Amino acid sequence: MAAGEPMIRLDRLSRRFGDRTAVDDLSLEVERGELFGLVGPDGAGKTTILRMLAGVLRPSGGDAVLAGAAVASDPEAVKRRTAYMPQRFGLYADLTVIENLRFYADLYRVPRAELKARLGRLFEFSGLEPFRDRLAGRLSGGMKQKLGLSCALIHQPEILLLDEPTFGVDPVSRRDLWLIVHRMVADGVTAVVATAYLDEAERFDRLALLHRGRALAVDTPRALRSGLEGGVLEVAADDLRRAREAASGLDGVAQAVAFGDRVRVVLDDGADRDPDSLGEALAAEGVEGVRVRPARASLEDAFIQRVAAAEAEQDTPSEATVPAEAP
Amino acid sequence: MSPRRLLAIARKEVRQLSRDTRSLLLAFLLPVLLLILFGYAISWDVRDVRTGVLDQDRSAAGRELLDAFRASGYFSITAVIDDPGEIRPLLDRGSVQAVLVIPPGFAADLGAGRTARVQALVDGSDANTATIVLGYARGVVASWAARRGGDGAEPPRPPLVAQTRVWFNEELESKNMIVPGLVAVIMMIVAAMLTSLTIAREWERGTMEQLAATPVTRLEVVMGKLLPYLVIGLLDVALSTALGVWLFGVPLRGSLLLLAALSLLFLLGALGLGMFISAITRSQILATQAAMIATFLPAFLLSGFMFAIEVMPRALQFVTYLVPARYFLVVTRGIFLKGVGVGVLHTQALLMLAFAAAGVGLAVASFRKELA
Amino acid sequence: MTAAPSPARSGNDSGGTAEPAIEVEDLSRAFGGFVAVEGVSFEVAAGEVFGLLGPNGAGKTTTIRMLAGLLAPTSGRARVAGLDAATEGEVIKERIGYMSQLFSLYTDLTVAENVAFFGGLYGVGRERLDERREEILEMARLTGARDRPVAELPLGFKQRLALGCALLHEPAVVFLDEPTSGVDPLSRRSFWELIYALAAGGTTVLVTTHYLEEAEYCHRLALLNRGRLIALDTPAGLRTGLGEAVLEIECDDPPRAAEALAGAPGVTAAGLYGRTVHAAVEDAGEGERTVRARLEEAAIGVSGVRTVEPSLEDVFVSLVEAAGGAVAG
Repeated sequence: MAAGEPMIRLDRLSRRFGDRTAVDDLSLEVERGELFGLVGPDGAGKTTILRMLAGVLRPSGGDAVLAGAAVASDPEAVKRRTAYMPQRFGLYADLTVIENLRFYADLYRVPRAELKARLGRLFEFSGLEPFRDRLAGRLSGGMKQKLGLSCALIHQPEILLLDEPTFGVDPVSRRDLWLIVHRMVADGVTAVVATAYLDEAERFDRLALLHRGRALAVDTPRALRSGLEGGVLEVAADDLRRAREAASGLDGVAQAVAFGDRVRVVLDDGADRDPDSLGEALAAEGVEGVRVRPARASLEDAFIQRVAAAEAEQDTPSEATVPAEAP
Repeated sequence: MSPRRLLAIARKEVRQLSRDTRSLLLAFLLPVLLLILFGYAISWDVRDVRTGVLDQDRSAAGRELLDAFRASGYFSITAVIDDPGEIRPLLDRGSVQAVLVIPPGFAADLGAGRTARVQALVDGSDANTATIVLGYARGVVASWAARRGGDGAEPPRPPLVAQTRVWFNEELESKNMIVPGLVAVIMMIVAAMLTSLTIAREWERGTMEQLAATPVTRLEVVMGKLLPYLVIGLLDVALSTALGVWLFGVPLRGSLLLLAALSLLFLLGALGLGMFISAITRSQILATQAAMIATFLPAFLLSGFMFAIEVMPRALQFVTYLVPARYFLVVTRGIFLKGVGVGVLHTQALLMLAFAAAGVGLAVASFRKELA
Repeated sequence: MTAAPSPARSGNDSGGTAEPAIEVEDLSRAFGGFVAVEGVSFEVAAGEVFGLLGPNGAGKTTTIRMLAGLLAPTSGRARVAGLDAATEGEVIKERIGYMSQLFSLYTDLTVAENVAFFGGLYGVGRERLDERREEILEMARLTGARDRPVAELPLGFKQRLALGCALLHEPAVVFLDEPTSGVDPLSRRSFWELIYALAAGGTTVLVTTHYLEEAEYCHRLALLNRGRLIALDTPAGLRTGLGEAVLEIECDDPPRAAEALAGAPGVTAAGLYGRTVHAAVEDAGEGERTVRARLEEAAIGVSGVRTVEPSLEDVFVSLVEAAGGAVAG
């Protein structure tokens, strides 16, 4: 692999299941040492993409090249350079923690001389040492994920593929997991992580916002949000219900939703962003006690705005007869 | 091919097996149970047939004949009948399986040199047993008649007397026939059922997805998984052989080494077949059912174990050529009862080799390291 | 059903002396040696949207199952809609709506068939069922898709349908177990509008979720960890109740910085948060000084330190640490 070439390149990657297209003609690049996110809800195609990158699912079309090895033609070469952690716990519940670790070390033929040192380091990160002889099935969710990550890292892969590693995990373990991932990336590992949690997406170097097998956008979190900065306003009013109703009906409003004790208003791209304008418009509709202020745009807002835009572009959404989700 | 990876897979499989009670029971308890069940419970030998007698002659000759029946050991006189009308109800109820009737004038006919008749009525609802019982009855009568011929007039000399002897299983002990056959059948069933689960289970649990993402090769996975089950299979052969010889007294006249070697080949084939089923179904429930149909039923019904192949309809006889257990049965019976070696069994040995190659080959070919 | 969402209610204003819709007192449940829920107590007023929050394995599903009469408690009491959960479980099932984590729809049946099935299960009368069916289909925006097999619906629609089926018999109390798990943000938001509308109509809604940010939608929250209740308050109350300030630090090497700050005097917790480091400190001013000093020692360049409102994750982590440290095994 030549210097300057991306570590991972997806080239019109596609996957169909029967007549359903799970991944649709996806092309993107990931640089060496990048922490890259595949972000989107269930059904967006994240797991399918990761499975293809890991070489356990054949693409229907296109290709992906990881560290110089192509998935479509030589998946086994890809597997030597990558480590994959599937969404469902993929380790042996009836083997102990240490047995699982040693098993994966053997599979990747980790040199015996180095094994002890690596195990030591991994135990340090994960805090799993006291549980080394516990059956993996008896670990808590957070510990299981840490074990999965440790087994993936034991052979010091160039590329890490993680499918929703923090799903359902307690916040403390979640922080530990991310710390490990960040450390690895700092050491030069390239990591592709799938997540449905948009708040977690803030931590990626770059991310792809996925929706129904397509990437709505590929950029840094900041860039994705900046387009939206100023485009999200918070409204407080005497009657929040009325405020929300009124706001939804206004031109230039992509979405208005009650959230706790405020109404969060996401504006259309290009609409008037002056909080006072919105305040006046709402007052004109008869809403009393209106107070409007700018809110910090979140990635979730960015996602919603882009999904709405994408669906407006297509006449009908992919699922033909089922009505579209109107914002 | 990396020995380290292969052994890692084998080691993992052994650990999992040792922690899986159900598989262990299947592997060791089932063969023992089957052996004991079939060895003791099933016997095609007929002994102590419950018999009723109606002696309408009340002569010394008649009583002598009845004594002969009693002494043969095959018949046990449990009812003395006075009236012909009682015969039917006794047979209907099953109180007796056979009734001997000595008609009036029996002794008189014998004394006068006329053909004397004895009637044996047998419960035919179990045709197999009935045939055997009838055979015994005829035998008893014939030998009694021959013995009796010694006093008085010259007995008619038949032109040819057949002298039959049974080789290899002199007493026609059915267990001698059953046990070696059972060893073959048990091997087939246990081997295939054990391995039919192993790959399917990993796909269902999600561990195969992760394993597939590693550089391990298909050959390493299949061989690594085969190894522990091969050892279990050989242990089972040893166990069954030991039980057969010590518990049932079945002779072992041939080479134990040859038995081990050919068992190894047969096991490889059966294990491979099970793994093939596991690899293509990817579902434990389906795999178990498929394994039952593909191995249990043919091994049991079509290998010659339960039913002699020669008496099967032509079409089925052709099918039996495809049943590996058929050939292994020849091997086991040959080694146990006949004491023959490779010289005689070379065809079967070659076929076992082919079966082993086919089984393992199918397993490796069908196992894919991809979800789809 | 189509009413707009209502304003949030403040935590303790239950609007009068009406009996609470849900009362839980010292509830516990053990499975053999494993204690799934231990000594949990809380009350939910009628018309409230109440959240049970916590990671997987914290005991949320077990708690909700006890309240729904699906599982008997090992000790303690629970009353739902005036009925005792332990002894009147079967009657409770008639009075509540329950939407399970897996959406419990029959994927090989059509939308309408599912509605008919659940209607029959809950004993909704034929005529009334016809009316309710139309209302539910409209709520779920599936009026035109009534004859499609459920398997073909996108997740967001399955979710709405599952909710609808739980509401056919117009229950006073509804339990939703991880209702928006895996669903896209748009669907999640409109789903919450539905829930607000329900609550405005007087229905009490108990929601479980492991997604902390979603907890903001609830009027009040109970935080569960390892079977125990570690906090009970409104989202705003939880954040201010922390008693600590949270500093957001932008620097060159966040992972190392987080490590360097953990355990520093006055810093109760430090962890990565996005591309920044969040440090919970006892005092904002002192805290900032300590942070800057520590990071300078570690030769990490600091580009910004500011006080931010604690996120619910910060709150959760603090509470867990205060309760004795990290989650073990």
